[in-house]
Amino acid sequence: MSAKKGDWVQIHRIELKPSERSSNLPQDTQSVPLEVWQKGFATHDAIMGDEIEIETVIGRKAKGELVKVNPEYEHNFGKPVAELLTIGAELRKILGGEENE
Amino acid sequence: MNSDMSYDAVMNRKNEIMKNAVGIDYNDFESGSIAFEYEKMMKEVGYTLNEIREIQSYTSVGNTPLIELRNLTKIARMISAPGKGARIFIKDEAANPSGSFKDRRASVSAYRAKALGYEGIIAATSGNYGAAVASQAAINGLKCIVVQEVFDSKGKGQPEILEKGRKCEALGAEVVQLTVGPELFYTSLCLLEKTGYFNASLYTPFAISGIETLGYELAEQVKTRTGKEPTAVIITHAGGGNVTGTARGLLKAGCKNTKVIGASVNLEGLHMASDRDFNRKSFTTGHTGFGVPFATWPDRTDVPRNAARPLRYLDRYVTVSQGEVFYITEALAQLEGMERGPAGNTSLAAAFAIAQEMNEDEIIVVQETEYTGAGKLPSAQLTFAKLMGIEVRRGDPADDKPGERIVIPEHPSQIRVKDMDLDKMKRSYVKNCVTAYSKSKIRPEDITFLAEDTKSDVNYIKNTLDELAP
Repeated sequence: MSAKKGDWVQIHRIELKPSERSSNLPQDTQSVPLEVWQKGFATHDAIMGDEIEIETVIGRKAKGELVKVNPEYEHNFGKPVAELLTIGAELRKILGGEENE
Repeated sequence: MNSDMSYDAVMNRKNEIMKNAVGIDYNDFESGSIAFEYEKMMKEVGYTLNEIREIQSYTSVGNTPLIELRNLTKIARMISAPGKGARIFIKDEAANPSGSFKDRRASVSAYRAKALGYEGIIAATSGNYGAAVASQAAINGLKCIVVQEVFDSKGKGQPEILEKGRKCEALGAEVVQLTVGPELFYTSLCLLEKTGYFNASLYTPFAISGIETLGYELAEQVKTRTGKEPTAVIITHAGGGNVTGTARGLLKAGCKNTKVIGASVNLEGLHMASDRDFNRKSFTTGHTGFGVPFATWPDRTDVPRNAARPLRYLDRYVTVSQGEVFYITEALAQLEGMERGPAGNTSLAAAFAIAQEMNEDEIIVVQETEYTGAGKLPSAQLTFAKLMGIEVRRGDPADDKPGERIVIPEHPSQIRVKDMDLDKMKRSYVKNCVTAYSKSKIRPEDITFLAEDTKSDVNYIKNTLDELAP
């Protein structure tokens, strides 16, 4: 997959390698790099995984590895959660004074 | 510009970068010891309450409705001792332009940035504050960058934070997303230096004085509606700004007897900078991982002297569990018709329990709600928690274990608060001050300052210092 100049894309880069990070971190965090993701318009054509330059929505330039073209929002409302589904009815029952009937 | 962008080099330039980025010379308020002139700083750097009301009214911030939660009050009365069960009110801060009380904080910083001629504004936050800064920047014609801690090292992100990032982008901000770690601050310093933008820190006098209107408004609304002052106001506590600003506003409205109660979600045992723990919590703010360290050491922030000083105002500090907050979030939607949260619902869960200790003719106010939607709902957060291997079940929330188990109450009577030891936190704060600032003998003005900063007295501080002495 590739991006054309002007496409809305997401880039990724390593901001700090593990050895460059703050020395005051828990072990699990210390052993991994600090990574960054940014979005913007590609200023040139590029292939996935290549370094690419983007112009962000406020006109700043940034560089990184091209990881997504047209990155979409994937978070959602979640699945129905059984542990929550009956709470409303239970409370209405209490409110109506039927709890001990 | 300085070319050494290594972590240590940038952190060493912190004070210089901040001075340029907030336009405050904190040396003006320093006395060279523990004490500094807090009220002078708030007065000289900030704005008066009336000025802030004017600034906020220009961008439609504030004047949010105060809503009485009659059904929740009724249930609280049904399960408490006869004559108990205070009236519960909530301040619907979701009605602000970006959907939370954070607009109050952002409005003053954005106004200031524009007045001083900055081209743009930067905020380092994974919370609603980013959206608030983005919104205020949009209205004021400023460029905006929001720096967020979003992903663990596997690239997995909490739905709530992903939603907050989307919202910032929707409001025209550039969002810089990072993996877990306190170097969020390093990244934002690099950006401030590179762009010359204004730092919309959460901890400047601008950010705190912006919240004073919230405390002031709710006091006025309660007085108009009930003819009384609020007996207690309960505030979700994270970095301390919400408590500080609201309490100062209450005092400015003359409510000297109103109890100021902080509430946080208990996340004991989870390390906030841990890559593993990051996605094992279901609350991204309003929890003890911020609440405790910021209360016992407020000057840990991005600015030399934090204007948010919660111990100065708190009468009580309680915690609730994640499961209890999810339960009350459902209750608010199903009984009061308000789908909100999660942050303000932390204090709502606590208010529901505390109302049962209070008399029927007393009034407890939950001082915020926030917008909700995809990613921010209990269903989204619990779906994610289950995916991360967290057990979710109904039961007694006393069995809740952060990072392992979320227990949703089976009955409203199981919602309880746990009191934090404020005395211990005050002593811990005094100890931190002595370690950080006191190079020589502690002076009388330091003792007076510490007494004010912990809402205690000179004897309490003297005794605490005696105990600390080797």
